[in-house]
Amino acid sequence: MKYDEIMVRYGELSTKGRNKKSFIDRLGSNVRKALHQYDKVKIHPNQDRLHVELNGTDAEPVMKRLKQVFGIQNFSPSLRVEKDFDEVVKAAIAMFKEQVQGPMTFKVETKRADHKFAMGTFEMNKQLGGALLRAFPDDLSVDVHNPDITLRVEIRLNGIYLTSAKILGAGGLPVGTAGKGMMMLSGGIDSPVAAYLALKRGVSLEMVHFYSPPYTSEQALAKAKELTSKLAKYSGSIKFIQVPFTEIQETVKEKVPEGYLMTVQRRLMLRLACALAQKRAGLAVFNGESLGQVASQTMESMLAIEDVTTMPVLRPVLTYDKNEIIKIAEEIDTYDLSILPYEDCCTVFTPPSPKTKPNLKRARSYEARLDVEGLMQRALDGIQIDEIHAGDEFLNQNQDVFAELL
Amino acid sequence: MIYFDNSATTQVRPEVLSTYQQVSEKIWGNPSSLHKLGETAWNLLEQSRAQIATTFGVQPGEILFTSGGSEGDNWVIKGTALAKQRFGKHIITSSVEHAAVRNAMQSLEKQGFEVTYLPVDKDGRVNPQDVKDALQKDTILVSIMAVNNEVGTVQPIKEIGEILKDYPTVHFMVDAVQAIGKGLDDLVFSERVDFAVFSGHKFHAPRGTGFIYKQAGRKLAPLIDGGGQERGLRGGTENTPGIAAMARAIRLMKEAEEKDVTSELAVKKAITDHIVQFNHVKVFSGTDGFAPHILTFAIVGVRGETIVHAFEERDIYISTTSACSSKKHTEASTLAAMKVPDEVATSAVRVSLGDQNTLEDAIKFNQAFDQLYAGFKKIID
Repeated sequence: MKYDEIMVRYGELSTKGRNKKSFIDRLGSNVRKALHQYDKVKIHPNQDRLHVELNGTDAEPVMKRLKQVFGIQNFSPSLRVEKDFDEVVKAAIAMFKEQVQGPMTFKVETKRADHKFAMGTFEMNKQLGGALLRAFPDDLSVDVHNPDITLRVEIRLNGIYLTSAKILGAGGLPVGTAGKGMMMLSGGIDSPVAAYLALKRGVSLEMVHFYSPPYTSEQALAKAKELTSKLAKYSGSIKFIQVPFTEIQETVKEKVPEGYLMTVQRRLMLRLACALAQKRAGLAVFNGESLGQVASQTMESMLAIEDVTTMPVLRPVLTYDKNEIIKIAEEIDTYDLSILPYEDCCTVFTPPSPKTKPNLKRARSYEARLDVEGLMQRALDGIQIDEIHAGDEFLNQNQDVFAELL
Repeated sequence: MIYFDNSATTQVRPEVLSTYQQVSEKIWGNPSSLHKLGETAWNLLEQSRAQIATTFGVQPGEILFTSGGSEGDNWVIKGTALAKQRFGKHIITSSVEHAAVRNAMQSLEKQGFEVTYLPVDKDGRVNPQDVKDALQKDTILVSIMAVNNEVGTVQPIKEIGEILKDYPTVHFMVDAVQAIGKGLDDLVFSERVDFAVFSGHKFHAPRGTGFIYKQAGRKLAPLIDGGGQERGLRGGTENTPGIAAMARAIRLMKEAEEKDVTSELAVKKAITDHIVQFNHVKVFSGTDGFAPHILTFAIVGVRGETIVHAFEERDIYISTTSACSSKKHTEASTLAAMKVPDEVATSAVRVSLGDQNTLEDAIKFNQAFDQLYAGFKKIID
């Protein structure tokens, strides 16, 4: 069926009172970004709904993209017909032909914005309902309380709009409405999932990735970038900040006792992430820690690490079980990438037995052996920032060469 | 030469062979190696997998590479048995499956599994109701082929799938070796099919290539333990040249599928329409409900082997009903299951078509048929 418009209903933001306008503007621009490749599509964010005018564009791919935009509760593709009752009946029957399979119940719900239209809402409900019952005498019956199909008819100034299917959106809040955060992205299973959950709650993210050549490979870096590209489909594009970490890791390894290697290293990572947040107008640091999963993720450890900052350190997957995290990772298509076996900044220099309950005072005193300021300055001077878009490829540079072989 | 034995094997396409050769020469690293050579090979492997998955509208993780149809059949059957034996030991299959399925089942029977072999009707087709009736509490697997390799019957996979929707824990496997490229993807990749088995050399890919489709979330035990290849489910260094070549063969096959199916049907019809006119000819492969490329018939009274050789003298290559059983002098098991009398079954031969066959081939075949039928007249009338 060829649709004319997609009607998008807002999620939680409809209840957000005064912020509502900025939420709607943000959602409008996110939808615009998500659909930018369809140049005929026009987007109209209104007070209570957003309308995507298709102007001849196929609705299927557009709806697929809309499903990835946070802040959308659900949406319905709709047909526009001339303001003529017979046209309405014809279109409604065509729509129902696609949806009615066996006995089903329905109701018609009419809204009239154009009060000059000759038929009242009650009249429209009754007449159109009757026409549909006559068209599907064996299958359809009316149920106004709990129908299988609700046919919505909107009489507007420029035509009559019909919708019946209701497609579930991604929910959440529009990315950007919650402010900006720095995401510590390693390349494992957890951090991409944490990033996804943060995006879902409206946070706009910048990825912070620690890169330690030659201890970590270019492949590990490419993998983190490719993960970012998978996540970018939820927010348009994401900035990827690559922080050189080799000198810090080597110095820590040299000066800090084995049991505290990991704690001190993590303190420095967090310091760097916070410094970047401050520079770049971020409000918080996000990471993929899950309570008790590994040595660095005990509460003692969090205390000894988070000591370096007063900025909120937010952990979207804190209370998730590994299986729950994996399930989301599979849904957002990051799992297969995450399990690629490249060493990353978390796996090299992992001592055989890190302290699971590090002591805060000791962590501080070991860190004091280092020239923290100098190390940080040099790392921050060496950062490289890339903007990553959905669908960008990093791991397989030979794609085109291969395409000819295949 | 007219090659009418495409269900036995096909010739590797030159483009496909060129991929095989180029990959062997240039991208020969072990996909598991961490260095650049390995990385490149791994990327090629995964790109091949993704391309095949996209072709069939499934996820890359749902495609697992094998050495061919027999391995795929054995893997899904025995791998399911291993993975699910604590839930039950009953398996349902048909009495017209390929030997790789039949013998894998027999091997499991020796290990204490119970196997129900469903009968077929006169067209070689399983009745879905029989599947339903055969289901037990401890049934773990239903294995039914999509297209029978001996007479070309298309099995009611959709209907069986419908029945199995009420039994979500039972694995449903479809041997799709003869169905690929024949316009039957909707059947094979339908919602309730958990596993499907494919073989590369049936569609112009090299020997020793194949893959299975394994629906995400379905459990399958490995039969080849090793270095964790194929998501830990099949050990052994991947056959990258073969896999890339197969990916290309699939692409080429799919691009021409519609056209090929139409032309195969036309060739099949031209031959069928001609040979049915003869008194002693019995045709087993119909048009509706049969694959477009398989035509099995008998000249009753003449042994299949004799017919094969008579055509061979005229440079036309056909087979007795299945290449695998044709050297064993057993009458075809599918025909036996269809209750075709032995003396008719031993006369059966199979013409199996491929994309390269033309209507001209059909005309030549018919002419040859006339000549040799005239020659056999002495022994059959």
